[in-house]
Amino acid sequence: MADPFLIGEAMTGGYGAADILQGCTIAVEKGQIAVIVGPNGAGKSTAMKAVFGMLRLRKGQVRLGGEDITALSPQARVAKGMAFVPQTQNIFTSMTVEENLEMGAFLRRDDIRATMEQVYALFPILRDKRRQPAGELSGGQRQQVAVGRALMTQPRVLMLDEPTAGVSPIVMDELFDRIIDIARTGISILMVEQNARQALAIADMGYVLVQGANRFTDTGAALMADPEVRRSFLGG
Amino acid sequence: MDIINALVVFANFVFVPGLAYGAQLALGALGVTLVYGILRFSNFAHGDTMAFGTMAAILVTRGLQAMGISFGPLPTALIALPFAIAATAALVLATDRGIYRFYRKVRAAPVILVIVSMGVMFVMNALTRFIIGVDEINFADGGRFIIAAREFKELTGLAEGLAIRTTQVITVVTAAVAVGLLFWFLGNTRTGKSMRAYSDNEDLALLSGINPERVVAVTWIIVAALATTAGVLYGLDKSFKAFTYFQLLLPIFAAAIVGGLGSPLGAIAGGFLIAFSEVTVTYAWKRVLGYLLPADLAPEGLVQLMSTDYKFAVSFAILVIVLLFRPTGLFRGKSV
Amino acid sequence: MRAPLLFAAVACLFVLTGEMQSWNVALAILNMALVSAIMAMGVNIQWGYAGLFNIGGMGFVALGGLAAVLVSMPPVPEAWAAGGVGVVAGLALGALTVIGAITLVRRMPAGRMRTVLLLAVLIAGFILYRRVFDPAVSAVEAVTPAATGYLGGLGLPILLAWPAGGLIAAGAAWLIGKTALGLRSDYLAIATLGISEIVIAILKNEDWLARGVKNVIGLPRPTGVPFEVELQRSAAFLDWAAAWGFDPMTASSIVVKLAYAGFFVVVLGLIVWLAERALRSPWGRMMRAIRDNEVAAEAMGKDVTARHLQVFVLGSAVIGIAGAMMTTLDGQLTPGTYQPLRFTFLVWVMVIVGGSGNNWGAVLGGFLIWWLWVMVEPIGLWLMEVVTSGMADGLLKNRLIEAAAHMRLFVMGLVLLFVLRFAPRGLIPER
Repeated sequence: MADPFLIGEAMTGGYGAADILQGCTIAVEKGQIAVIVGPNGAGKSTAMKAVFGMLRLRKGQVRLGGEDITALSPQARVAKGMAFVPQTQNIFTSMTVEENLEMGAFLRRDDIRATMEQVYALFPILRDKRRQPAGELSGGQRQQVAVGRALMTQPRVLMLDEPTAGVSPIVMDELFDRIIDIARTGISILMVEQNARQALAIADMGYVLVQGANRFTDTGAALMADPEVRRSFLGG
Repeated sequence: MDIINALVVFANFVFVPGLAYGAQLALGALGVTLVYGILRFSNFAHGDTMAFGTMAAILVTRGLQAMGISFGPLPTALIALPFAIAATAALVLATDRGIYRFYRKVRAAPVILVIVSMGVMFVMNALTRFIIGVDEINFADGGRFIIAAREFKELTGLAEGLAIRTTQVITVVTAAVAVGLLFWFLGNTRTGKSMRAYSDNEDLALLSGINPERVVAVTWIIVAALATTAGVLYGLDKSFKAFTYFQLLLPIFAAAIVGGLGSPLGAIAGGFLIAFSEVTVTYAWKRVLGYLLPADLAPEGLVQLMSTDYKFAVSFAILVIVLLFRPTGLFRGKSV
Repeated sequence: MRAPLLFAAVACLFVLTGEMQSWNVALAILNMALVSAIMAMGVNIQWGYAGLFNIGGMGFVALGGLAAVLVSMPPVPEAWAAGGVGVVAGLALGALTVIGAITLVRRMPAGRMRTVLLLAVLIAGFILYRRVFDPAVSAVEAVTPAATGYLGGLGLPILLAWPAGGLIAAGAAWLIGKTALGLRSDYLAIATLGISEIVIAILKNEDWLARGVKNVIGLPRPTGVPFEVELQRSAAFLDWAAAWGFDPMTASSIVVKLAYAGFFVVVLGLIVWLAERALRSPWGRMMRAIRDNEVAAEAMGKDVTARHLQVFVLGSAVIGIAGAMMTTLDGQLTPGTYQPLRFTFLVWVMVIVGGSGNNWGAVLGGFLIWWLWVMVEPIGLWLMEVVTSGMADGLLKNRLIEAAAHMRLFVMGLVLLFVLRFAPRGLIPER
């Protein structure tokens, strides 16, 4: 079987002496959506950070397009085409929406206007608010700015850490729709979600983590159909 | 009642000096606030950075004067300013490389960096003293007055004169240009925006591929330019003495904090607020009131709220009042 | 084992100075080193125990000095008669105004009414205060201005000034702490820096209090410390000196310095003993817990702000005691000589170099850094002379030799930077 586009394989590591991740594997194919779900403290965000290089791995490997990137810094991974949207503090609050997008494209030297148009097409409200400081926007709009900023690097992989945390259900559905749109353009999506049911519904691949290890790995639909997963993690 | 003469006295002794002093403080506070916003510590070496820059300007000025170069009615120090900025920038960049960078790498607590800046303050102060000594130096040349008090009286026929010194006008104009350039830079250039982004959210700036070392280096260069300009303007307006620059630290920090640490706009507002308060509170209002009040109500005393020696107390009082009612400063600064 | 060795090494420095230069100089340095060690203890109590960033040491040192004058100098009855009541009444009015304003702010709901009333109280209070205070001050300052021109002190033994200096400093610290503690560390730093400048400004300008820049000289000495001239006139002393083969002039001055050193050692020992006990007590452990993790300590129910206020007042009191001791040693109060580099920042160098959080470290830092501060200049001069001995006389040579005078700050800065970089826990680290 060919290597997935992005894979963090058998990752073991943590922040201090204790390993939070215990040989967990996360992968996403080109243009697909992979979702990491699991109970609190399962190491979901940690796994994501490990893939992005914000955590030193003791064992395991991260490969992007077949290339070993385990040793690269997060910044170098950005240059390789990975983008990350942190769960909190994911926008420049004192800067305007447009400046946020510009900063997202900081590494690019070419014309960024076309990409910015794409972001505005995806999130039309941002076009209207482009001169407003991002800190003045509503929670859902802030998330849009955050995703938009990450898209400005024209990434091949977009990683989202709980993008719907703290937003209303309507906004959440809207955001998920946009994430599907993004995946359709060929960008791989890897995200951690608290709202497991809705997230798995749009996922091509789902990973259920428990205590830093893979408990279930299957397509989103299969996981939704699995009675054990439903009982333990989706609330029946 | 003689409003015009009262206004002239007010302008002569309060408004014009306050404006010039405010501009100097604003430039100084901008430097402090930038270091705070980007490097996230209160730089106690800032006063001595100003002194070093001014010293460099004085040395270049002397060189220029020796070569017979002058700037007509303007002080020669203005020609020297770019050279002095370059020298100061070199010094602070070297300081950053040799000293501060290590603490960034180990992610030291901000307060450790403050103590480090104390060490830098000692060394910079010593450097300045080594090179130029401790004597008071007047280095303003060119025309003394745009308009002298006597000319003004003759021109207007008023009883009171309004003297506007060249240095005061230069101070205000240069400060305005410097502030304009800074805001243009921060608001419109890629590098400037990356500085704001870094100041706003360091982690996200890193995720966006902004190179922190570059941001820091550019910040130091700008800080050196601001400090040198502020120092030279203050020196032209008053005189240069290594020690007085250390003492400016208090009003400068008060200005930066009152405005909101990390907020450039706040630094400017704070600078003028502190300057005008200092001048207003320590000015003897007898003459102004003498013109405004009927003769039998004219005050006997000086009507000076506080002796000029207590000007520190003024900066301090404003600082405390603002902090009690608005802890993040007038323009909501950062809180670390 | 490390600490005794380091202390021995520093002792060697003093012995060397005594042997090579003169014992008079060595003892003079030692006396100020003892005082400096106490100042360093004060800063260490605030910074090392509790992480409070006070850069207003100079102000507390000066308040201690003021205490020395207020306690030991004889009162000036003429001045009291001329304006004593007025000065006291004026100050009381001023204090009442401030208290009134504070009560007003606390008691009344916010609103336009409160603002107007507050302004009215402040303005009326200020005018009243100036009306009463100003003429009284003029009257006091007019009484034999060349010799007194101030109210004088209480005429009590100067040793009482040491605890009094601590009390005055503690009072000032309480006021500052009440307003500035609980704010961020940078703000406390700037606030203390500001207060210290204000204290010096008051000392320089309020002539009625301690003669301002006219200085108060000829402070009495502690009982047991003789004047040099008295010794030189005493037959017993002259015989004793002759028996040992000492020059009476030098011997008298050394004896006086030794007497001071005796007093200072006792005070230092007492403070170190108390500080060590405090540091090892539950209170000390709690302080360090708060310093290391304020949030956790607060969550555990510790009143962080109150503890901070306590430690801030204590540390400032210790600095005040040292200030009073220094003025006693100098025998005069000269407000013009108080400089922040010397009395605030240098003490910080002592604490950091010695080892913050460790009492013995602060003491060691006090000794070592004070010795360096004094000796850097002669050593630098000597170095420069060696360096320039081969040079022709000229501008560069003169410049280099002149530069030796500014070596102090340079060396202190370098020492601080090197210690912070390579031994951030100081010479004697906290256990």
